[in-house]
Parts: sequence; C-alpha cells; structure tokens
Amino acid sequence: MTQELNLTLQVWRQEGASDPGHFETYAANGISEDMSFLEMLDIINEDLIENDQIPIEFDHDCREGICGTCSLMINGQAHGQEKATTTCQLHMRKFNDGDTIVVEPFRARAFPVVKDLVVDRSSFDRIIESGGYISVNTGAASDANLTPVPKEAADTSFDAAACIGCGACVAACPNSAAQLFTSAKLAHLNLIPQGQSQRFERTETMVDTMETFFGSCTNHGECHEACPKEISLDFIAFMNRDYVKAKMKNRKLAGQS
Amino acid sequence: MVATSTNPQGSTPIFRRKLQLPFPLNIYQSSIGRKWVMALTGIGLLGFVIVHMIGNFHIYEGPVQLHEYAETLRGLGGGLFPRTFLLWLLRIGLAGMFLLHIHSAYSLKERSRKASDKADFVGGEKKYGSKRDYVAANYASRTMRWTGPIVLLYLLFHLADLTWGWWLGDDYVLGDPYHNVVASLSSLPVAIIYVVATVALSIHIFHGTWSLFQSLGINNPKYNDLRRTLAKLIAGIVLVGNLSFPVLVTAKLIDDDNRKCEVGDVACLEHEAEKH
Ligand code: HEM
Ligand code: SF4
Ligand code: FES
Repeated sequence: MTQELNLTLQVWRQEGASDPGHFETYAANGISEDMSFLEMLDIINEDLIENDQIPIEFDHDCREGICGTCSLMINGQAHGQEKATTTCQLHMRKFNDGDTIVVEPFRARAFPVVKDLVVDRSSFDRIIESGGYISVNTGAASDANLTPVPKEAADTSFDAAACIGCGACVAACPNSAAQLFTSAKLAHLNLIPQGQSQRFERTETMVDTMETFFGSCTNHGECHEACPKEISLDFIAFMNRDYVKAKMKNRKLAGQS
Repeated sequence: MVATSTNPQGSTPIFRRKLQLPFPLNIYQSSIGRKWVMALTGIGLLGFVIVHMIGNFHIYEGPVQLHEYAETLRGLGGGLFPRTFLLWLLRIGLAGMFLLHIHSAYSLKERSRKASDKADFVGGEKKYGSKRDYVAANYASRTMRWTGPIVLLYLLFHLADLTWGWWLGDDYVLGDPYHNVVASLSSLPVAIIYVVATVALSIHIFHGTWSLFQSLGINNPKYNDLRRTLAKLIAGIVLVGNLSFPVLVTAKLIDDDNRKCEVGDVACLEHEAEKH
C-alpha cells in the first residue's frame, strides 16, 4: 500500500490578463504519493468539474520532462524544490502529509498570465526566431562525422541544447532576466563548427531581442538553481563575451577562425 | 537574420529599441554592454580602493611619512608633468568611473524593475505569494543596490571630512593628514561610520569581484574556482586593512602623542621628510 497524503493547496486563480487575480484554497485529500504534481492537480480539477466549478488551468504536454510546457511556482520555487526536475516529474512523495502548498504562475512582465497558472511565454519564440537556427542547404543528409567537432565542444553544446525553454530561469530571477535561456540557445549553436558563420550576427540579434523583453542579469545564480536541466552559468559568461566581440568585430574578417 | 514576428495577443516588447547610436556608444545602449562598463569601472574602482588603502598604511610609519606620501601624490609624474597635473587627471578619471558605474547600475536596475512589475500582484518588486525562497543568491548579491549607495554616501562624507575639513574646523590642518585622521577618528560616531562603510564596501566587493568575471565573459573551467577565492581574498584584505584605521585610533594605538613635529608644524614635517 502506498502512503496517502492530505494537503492544502493555495492556488492562484485569474480570469485573464485584465483580472487582478487572487489565491483560492483547496483541500487535496487522499493523494497517492506515487502521483506527479500535475496528476494531483488533475484530481482536484475532476472534483471541481463534478461540482460544476471551473477547473484550474495549467500548462502541460509531454509529462516526461522533455517538452518544457509545464511550469508552476511551487512554494516560491520554479518547478518546486526538487533539483533538476520539471513539475510534471515532481512526485508527491516529496511532500509531507498535512503540508500547505502555494501554487503560482511563472511571473515576469514578458510572461503575461493567460488564465490561472498559464502564462504566455511567446517572448522566448521571438528570441529564437531572431537567430536560434543555422542556415544550411537541406536535402540528402551529409555523411556522419563529415565536420570534425572536438569532443568537449560537442558535449558542452549538447549540455546547452538540453534547455527545454520552460522559462523557470526567468520566473526565478529577481530581475526577470532571460540570460540563462538565451545563452543556452546561443551556446548550443555557437560552440560547434556548424554555427560559426552566423555566430556574431546570431549573438547580436538574439541578445538585442532578449533585451526588448527582459531585465538585466546581476549574477545571482537563481536561474541555474531553478533550471530543470541544470544549464550552467558558464553559458551566460560566453554570451557576454561574444556579444561585445560581435559589436567590436570587423565582419569582413568573419570567415576567418 | 529575419525580423521577428509579433504575436497579436501575446507579449509585446517592453523596451522599444531606440535609435542606434554610432559605435562605440551602441555598446552602452545594450544591457550587456552596460554590464561590461560596470565591470570595467568596478575594476578601476577596486584598483583605487586597494592603492588608497596601501598608501594609507603610511600612517603606521608616522606623521612625517604620511605627509611625504601626500606630497608624492601631488608631485606624481615628476619631471614630465607640472605639479598636481597627474593627480588631477587621476581624480577626474576616478570621478568619471564613479559616474559611469553608478549610471549603469541605476539604469540596469530600472530595466529589471520594468521587466518585473505588472507581473506582480503585490506592487513594487517582483514578489510571489509564498515566501520567496532564495537558493543561490547570497546576502552580498542581493544587497548590491544598498551597499553601493552606502559607499557613495560614505565617499561624500569622507571627502568633506578629510579633504575639505568641513567639520573639523580649527582642528583641520592642511598638510598634516596624520593629525586630521586622528582628530576625525577620535570621535566615536565618526569611527562607527567608517566601520559601517568599510563593511558595506567589503560586502559589495565580495559579490562584485566574482560577478565582474561573469560580466566580462572570463570563464574557463581551469580557473573558475579561483574567481571565488580571489573575491574572498580581496574583500577580506579591504575589510581588515581599512578597519584597522578606525579601530586602532579608537584603541588609542594611533595618536598625536610623542610626535617629532608639533601638530600643525608643516614646515617641520617638510624638513623631516627632506632627510629621507
Ligand atoms: C569604490 C567603490 C566601488 C567598487 C570597488 C565597486 C565595485 C563593483 C564591482 C566590481 C561590481 C560588479 C560589476 C559586475 O557585475 O560586472 C559592482 C557592481 C555594482 N555596483 Fe559597485 N563599486 C563601488 C562603488 C559603487 C557605488 C558608489 C555604487 C552606487 C551608488 C555602486 C553600485 C553598484 C551596483 C548596484 C552593482 C550591481 C549592479 C548589477 O549587477 O547590475 N557601486 N561594483
Ligand atoms: S535554461 Fe533551464 S530554466 Fe531556463 S528555459 Fe531553459 S530549461 Fe528552462
Ligand atoms: S509537461 Fe513536458 S516538460 Fe513537463
């Protein structure tokens, strides 16, 4: 038999962007400790629907920690207190019977609340559109290992590419800065040969776009702690260096390594 | 690369890009460029803080040596520049660094505030309903916006106190800095101000010295751990070194007793300095 938990939830309810919003208290009784946090919310929503009330809106998709759709500030921490874990992968066994849990949306001015716990993170899409790609001829796949990539560089690029774009970094940041996300997206392409030709152009446009939405980094490191993919602060340093390099560089020499 | 699309019902830019200024001013228009300026001026100010502190250690040698040190500063650049010329250049450069440091800090703080408010239901700074749980941000990093202005206020106090001698009155002797320091720090409230300011400065430097490496993109696994060590070391040295002055004056270990030259006898100080 698995343990059952009785919990009190304080959930942020907000009709839409123009509603000021408020906390609502719900009892979550008989929650199995094997459930995920989202499954627990599903149970509450079923109750609400049965009682002709409006269910709590929250974002989710893959529920296996890879898509970046789920969010939630749980007790003041993005994706909850568990390190390197998305909300969909957070198990109820991490909580104690009788706990009160506060559930809020990710907050930043660039993440306006759509409804309840759902926020619009499309400002991230604006950043990606402005340079988060490489320009290559598509068609037949080229031979594997055609372009040599140093092992360390490939590994680091892959670590950066692990970012799922969830926005926890922005939510956790007291400055509402998006440095961790943007720098991960930049490093993923800028660290390997395939990304070189557009490296400085990309850095400039993605950072410039980021800065039209988000605050300024003060190197607290909260983003890294909140990140479900443990993206490293090193990428922020790489971005800071490349951005000023991009401003200084004679682009006529951009083809030289 | 492509222009970005806009989402009709989604987030619109909070900061409209203004007219691009010509190079190199465009660097200062961006937040990251501004962080560079903050870091570079921070390095300059750090250099000043350390050199200033080491220079003040002359106080342990005595009134003559401190006088001699002050004279050396005025005559800096000797045969090449007119007297006090280089000193004035340094002063102007220092004031410029302070202005840039403060402007960048203030304007970036404003950007972060704008990026956070309205997201907030409490008003003011970004807050969550549950008690905010800081995981990584330490005391030093969260108080930069307090320790900075404390240092600024202290700086003005310090100039009025020992450079312009506003409230020492007759006790202020131009050319006898040793006596001025003793006269100023002998008052307990003044000594306490110096202690508080030194602690604030050291906390500021503890986060700043680590942070500037990140801002400038100086990051390499070979020496990343050393950045924290260096921050602790510099903050520690600045703390102990600058605390020593108010503490030792209060403990009467630095005082005007047994001086070779009478207080205010600048001619005697000059004469003694000649002998070195
Ligand atoms: C001699 C005095 C000072 C020294 C040595 C110093 C040093 C530094 C350093 C090294 C940084 C880190 C820069 C970076 O992260 O790239 C910094 C940041 C900062 N300084 Fe200072 N500083 C001094 C005076 C001041 C004053 C007078 C103010 C304000 C009135 C101030 C306000 C700030 C603020 C708010 C930050 C953090 C801002 C941010 O990270 O966005 N500092 N300082
Ligand atoms: S850096 Fe981490 S926290 Fe930020 S969007 Fe990517 S995965 Fe989420
Ligand atoms: S729902 Fe896909 S990461 Fe959580």
